[in-house]
Amino acid sequence: MYQLAENGTKTDAMRDVLARTLITLARENPNIAVLDADLISASGLKAFQKEFPERTFDCGVQEADMVGIAAGMSESGIIPFTHTFSCFASRKCIDQAFLSACYAGLNVKMIGSDGGVVATTNGGSHQGMEDMGIYLSLPNITLVEPTDANMLRALLPQIVDTYGTFYIRQWRRCTDAVYTEDSTFTIGKGNVLVEGHDATVIASGIEVKQALEAAQILQTQGIRIRVVDMFTWRPLDKELVIDSAQRTGCIVTAENHCLATGLGHAVAACTAESVPVPVGYIGVNEQYGEVGDLDYLMHRFHLTAEDIVTKVLETIARKNM
Amino acid sequence: MLTDKEQRELKIFACEIRKKTLLAIHSIGMGHIGGAMSMVEALAVLYGKVMNVDPANPRKADRDRFVLSKGHCGPSLYATLCLKGYFPEEALTTMNKGGTILPSHVDRLKTPGIDYSTGSLGTGISVAVGSAVGARLTGGSYRTYCIVGDGECNEGQVWEAAMFAAQHQVDNLTVLIDCNKQQLDGWTKDICDLGGLKQKFEQFGWYAQEVDGHDVEAIYDAIVNSQECKGRPSVIVLDTIKGKGCSYAEAAGLCHHLPCSDEQYEHEIALLDEQLQALGA
Repeated sequence: MYQLAENGTKTDAMRDVLARTLITLARENPNIAVLDADLISASGLKAFQKEFPERTFDCGVQEADMVGIAAGMSESGIIPFTHTFSCFASRKCIDQAFLSACYAGLNVKMIGSDGGVVATTNGGSHQGMEDMGIYLSLPNITLVEPTDANMLRALLPQIVDTYGTFYIRQWRRCTDAVYTEDSTFTIGKGNVLVEGHDATVIASGIEVKQALEAAQILQTQGIRIRVVDMFTWRPLDKELVIDSAQRTGCIVTAENHCLATGLGHAVAACTAESVPVPVGYIGVNEQYGEVGDLDYLMHRFHLTAEDIVTKVLETIARKNM
Repeated sequence: MLTDKEQRELKIFACEIRKKTLLAIHSIGMGHIGGAMSMVEALAVLYGKVMNVDPANPRKADRDRFVLSKGHCGPSLYATLCLKGYFPEEALTTMNKGGTILPSHVDRLKTPGIDYSTGSLGTGISVAVGSAVGARLTGGSYRTYCIVGDGECNEGQVWEAAMFAAQHQVDNLTVLIDCNKQQLDGWTKDICDLGGLKQKFEQFGWYAQEVDGHDVEAIYDAIVNSQECKGRPSVIVLDTIKGKGCSYAEAAGLCHHLPCSDEQYEHEIALLDEQLQALGA
């Protein structure tokens, strides 16, 4: 079971938790290996390399080859974790992830760092606003965006134990705790964090914290919203989406990702088929990223709690139109 | 070194592979005849003499692995696997038809004996490198073999894999380049000139050999050399003729993808039967 952490609780950086957790798992499981594409000093995985040099491969600047090699390794029983920035993990590796891993039914765990605006000063070239969407087009991949480091730590053993290719979107520097350290999660099941009846906000990644703030703001206005953390994008928890649509009559999605191929459209496709309700979207709308600090970029792309509040009010107003 | 008897057996195996390749391609009326035919001797040596495989147990853990990186040349690999007993001959005439276990590009989830799925050029060699590294990590004694097309070497990923394999001293891997000098749009020298592939791989840190790709003894000897090379990955550049052993394909010059009529099929089978007779089969 999961529990919300108290406001302001901090964790170690997600990348350090990633490395420590993989090291712990690899001590028990000799088949876990790590591949990086010249970012091992940035990914946190240097610590893994130090403890398991024979199971770590810094491939150099060759992301596509890295994923292909990982696919080949996995056939022998190795469980390879690959890492690069989200923009490269998706745009440069889709063919290899498609053919060599997913189509072939193999077992590669791809980690993409810093999807969307959290890439901050790396700018538009690096802000993988489309990474999850690129992989949403594949039939048999599991897509997760851990909300905080505590969730990442809890998910990694499940990811190791679940055969099949994953894409894991991590924010390297994330230190904000949304959940308590002892929280547990189930891949494929969304978390209901706040209950309400006026609307549901289905959020992912950094937008979960914004959605929780929005719920508090809206409560002061007498509006109670349900907040769902949909950290698994595929397989989507359709049951929870439908239940939310039925209970609250409208949905707002919130994601640090482009809208064209994102979580919002997956949610809307689900409701349109079964419970057509008004849906509003928070996300990056047909724009490339740009440099700036996180606060600037959150405002620039309308990803803040205040933006969610506005969108919820608009969407509630559409209920009876 | 192969004995005369072994050489003869492999030449017979090659003729039989060509016959079954044409059977499959004729059944659908067209196919990638050129590239399927040019690698037949390599397949005959690998599956007839070199690789540790068990058709009764296609996923045997310690089997040698094979990656057909030029995945569109499935027909002659299917012919080889069929002759080895991985699946019945009836399957060959279902190739590329709905519900078949033999799709145009090889698929490990559909066909017994196919170890890895390919079909996007350049991807297979990376998978082969990974397969070899996986064997090393898991203590597997098996070796990975991979056939890459020369046109495929236009792909940057081939050279990424070449760098990685040399850096990590992946010496339980033999890559064979089917250098038939053609790609879909024409002669490789006219489309995207590859220059000297042997020299290129040497520059990338590989142990590189170049042999007549239709000489079973030369292929076998080169593979044995590659097995004995330690600390470096091995490549064998096979000097081949696209369409080899299919007279109308060879006569056509460019023969990447050709039709196969009833008359052409019967004529080619008769020629191959003559070769088999000459070999005393």
